[in-house]
Amino acid sequence: MKEPSTAEKPKFWRKPLDADRLQVPKGKVHIIKERCKGCGFCIEYCPRDVLGLSDEFNSKGYHFPVAVNEDACVSCKLCDLLCPEFAIYSETIEQEEVEKGGK
Amino acid sequence: MIERHPMDQLLREDRIPHIWCSGCGLGTSLTAFMSALQDTGISLDNVSVVSGIGCTGRVAGYVKLDSFHTTHGRPIPFAVGLHLANPSLKVVVFSGDGDLIAIGGNHFIHSARRNLDMTIICVNNFNYGMTGGQGGPTTPIGAKTSTTPYGNFEFPFNIPHLAAASGATYVARWTALDARRLRKSIHEALMKRGFSVVEIISPCPTLFGRFNRQGTGLDILNSYREQTVIQHGADPAKVGIEPGGKIIVGKFVDIERPTFLDVVNQGLKGKFGPPVEKPRAEELAIPSVDE
Repeated sequence: MKEPSTAEKPKFWRKPLDADRLQVPKGKVHIIKERCKGCGFCIEYCPRDVLGLSDEFNSKGYHFPVAVNEDACVSCKLCDLLCPEFAIYSETIEQEEVEKGGK
Repeated sequence: MIERHPMDQLLREDRIPHIWCSGCGLGTSLTAFMSALQDTGISLDNVSVVSGIGCTGRVAGYVKLDSFHTTHGRPIPFAVGLHLANPSLKVVVFSGDGDLIAIGGNHFIHSARRNLDMTIICVNNFNYGMTGGQGGPTTPIGAKTSTTPYGNFEFPFNIPHLAAASGATYVARWTALDARRLRKSIHEALMKRGFSVVEIISPCPTLFGRFNRQGTGLDILNSYREQTVIQHGADPAKVGIEPGGKIIVGKFVDIERPTFLDVVNQGLKGKFGPPVEKPRAEELAIPSVDE
């Protein structure tokens, strides 16, 4: 799994004291590309840099986001909240399914 | 296969995609409101949303709740009627600054004065977005709009101060960027008894942003990250928005005051004979022939 780069972005959080004991949740991001209007909010504010802008267009002529670093998603649901178009949402993958090979 | 969003159960899907521009903060505000509504656990049959005219006025048409799209400036009078006729309803007014503060300003201050139990969500984009970006009562001094090409010369309203001075029991202000804090704040406002006001500062990249060279919606959100300061409990008189100054956000007022219906029920107690109680079931039953 590629760790998201935080070198170029300023960090707004500290490392948790019990970081070695915590289980990092796994998430999967779903994009409804026909609803997207290409504002880029989700790409800019994803804290794990999961999303990137696609080269393709949807039928309205907007570039929609794609999951370029899908494994990094922790289903924090910030993209759900920030998306003005109801076009993106994330789901938590249960740990058992991750061990079995994911969804 | 048509892909569905978890929020779709609260939306009139046939009307999606909505008309709001790319980069507008209204969709984010609506998402924050609906997720806050889901968090509160209020039965959706007991919620009604009233909107006025303008970009924000479209909200009533997009939510799959009992909703009404009123004439310009009159969402609060309609909501007052709903609230007084059926006090068990949770009435939410979701409208813009031009609708609530300009043409509906009188209704706003007088409902706050009487402390009616309702929630006001006022999305402030500093201009009249739907009709071409005219200047309004919230346009900051010096800002350019289509009716103020040399800069606005009028002093704007400070919405939290107006609400707090008129008697609102809950006043908060957030930007469209503070999605999680906004959701929590709307949750608190929905559960608060009394007149609760949440102001949402929202980008308008198509008109206000274009006239004032603010860039795209994303650029405006990034500028909020630098310009906003969270000050809970700040004096509402000192949170006015000035050009080039910091935007102060946070929860400014959270007080308890008897609502209008509390005062009415207290004042009328014992004035009209004994209170009328519902007849018991056995009193209503028709006596049988044997008796």
